[in-house]
Amino acid sequence: MKSLFSLACIALFLAAPPSPALAGGDGMALLKSECSACHNLTGPAPTTLAELWARKGPDLFYAGNKYRPEWLEQWLQNPRRIRPAGMFYGNHIKPGPEHDLIDKSTLKPHPRLGPADARAVTAALMTLKAKSELIRPGEYKPGRISIAMGDLMFDKFRGCLACHEIEPGYGGLSGPEVYTVARRLQADYLISYMRNPQAWDPRIFMPNKHLKERDLQKFVHYFRALSEEDAP
Amino acid sequence: MNRQLLWAGMMVLAAWASATPGLVQAAERAEDLYKTYCWQCHGMQGDGNGINVRDMPVQPRDHTDPREMAARSDEELFTAIKKGGQAINKSVLMPPWDGVLSDEEIHALVRYLRRLCQCRHGG
Ligand code: HEC
Ligand code: HEC
Ligand code: HEC
Repeated sequence: MKSLFSLACIALFLAAPPSPALAGGDGMALLKSECSACHNLTGPAPTTLAELWARKGPDLFYAGNKYRPEWLEQWLQNPRRIRPAGMFYGNHIKPGPEHDLIDKSTLKPHPRLGPADARAVTAALMTLKAKSELIRPGEYKPGRISIAMGDLMFDKFRGCLACHEIEPGYGGLSGPEVYTVARRLQADYLISYMRNPQAWDPRIFMPNKHLKERDLQKFVHYFRALSEEDAP
Repeated sequence: MNRQLLWAGMMVLAAWASATPGLVQAAERAEDLYKTYCWQCHGMQGDGNGINVRDMPVQPRDHTDPREMAARSDEELFTAIKKGGQAINKSVLMPPWDGVLSDEEIHALVRYLRRLCQCRHGG
């Protein structure tokens, strides 16, 4: 009986004409209809705390300067959490017995796209290139650093581990995980963002740690090494 | 022509405003600043037990502890917030906030910390 019912459901679903939004092809139209409720596609970034708290998803109006397209296309088909405590962590925590805890019930799974839509949306996102003046193309010069040295810099010397996980389940929870960041984001963006997070996002709660240019490069080497280690 | 000049002037101002956080933005309320920037480590109650503490080797200061907090002058608190823990020989885990908070906002946070601990410097 139950399986008859689900068969009927599947039949109905298959019979229903695909909604124009899901037909694929026009990525920009999809972005506007399916994504703009949570993502800002035009800018500017929040300049008040009220706006920062109300932001539902990361700003996408400079997506073409931020993401690696290969990653985008994959993630949109198979999204998994990047920020353990959501967008504004203050909206997703509760007091716990020893310390505050993430309130998982407030975090929702991300919408998922089919392959054709993911490709179309990725192409559209890569055309959104606000804030190009903050990017110096080719600024990152590939190099290597041992994970042990990178850990030391990220943890002991600079205190970044307080807010970022360097492997699943280890590190801080208010910022995005960094063990996947080199796979997700462009190297020149990483340098620019670490140099001055507020230039991208004026009220963001990542501090400007006034890193030396040399260290900016080393952190990207480190993220690349972490991503290789974490590679699926 | 005049309108174009005015427009250009506004664009320059807007660019300047967005490049100098904290300076041009209206100051926010201290408790809202504390919730945004400090809860992550110092916790929703200000007692040093935020979501980030699980793997932190140094416990964030309990801002509700009058004994600990009375040991610091307002100037030291200001410096710790603006320049980070290392500026007062404390842990690098306490970040500098000069990149996002104006001096006016940091002064307001110092007054807010005094409300949290219900204490003054020296007692
Ligand atoms: C209900 C709100 C919502 C909708 C609708 C939504 N997103 Fe998101 N999106 C989020 C949130 C929240 C995150 C952050 C996820 C995380 O960090 O774990 C996110 C993250 C992302 C990211 C990763 C960004 C980054 O910097 O980490 C991309 C890319 C993205 N969304 C694209 C899209 C696209 C394309 C659509 C439309 C097909 C869409 N989203 C629809 C809420 C939404
Ligand atoms: C107080 C918490 C905090 C500290 C300390 C901190 N970060 Fe962040 N970091 C964040 C937040 C919050 C974001 C941005 C989240 C967003 O865009 O939604 C971020 C973003 C980043 C990003 C971009 C990642 C992405 O997925 O968009 C990098 C890279 C980064 N931080 C590196 C560092 C480094 C290196 C240090 C130490 C020098 C550091 N962070 C210290 C909170 C912190
Ligand atoms: C990344 C985690 C983190 C964040 C975010 C953070 N703090 Fe701290 N804070 C610490 C740690 C850890 C200490 C303890 C340092 C020590 O004892 O060596 C500390 C100490 C302090 C001290 C005490 C200095 C002293 O010893 O008297 C003050 C004041 C302070 N924090 C204020 C703030 C304010 C205000 C904010 C928000 C604007 C903030 N902190 C955000 C981690 C953090």
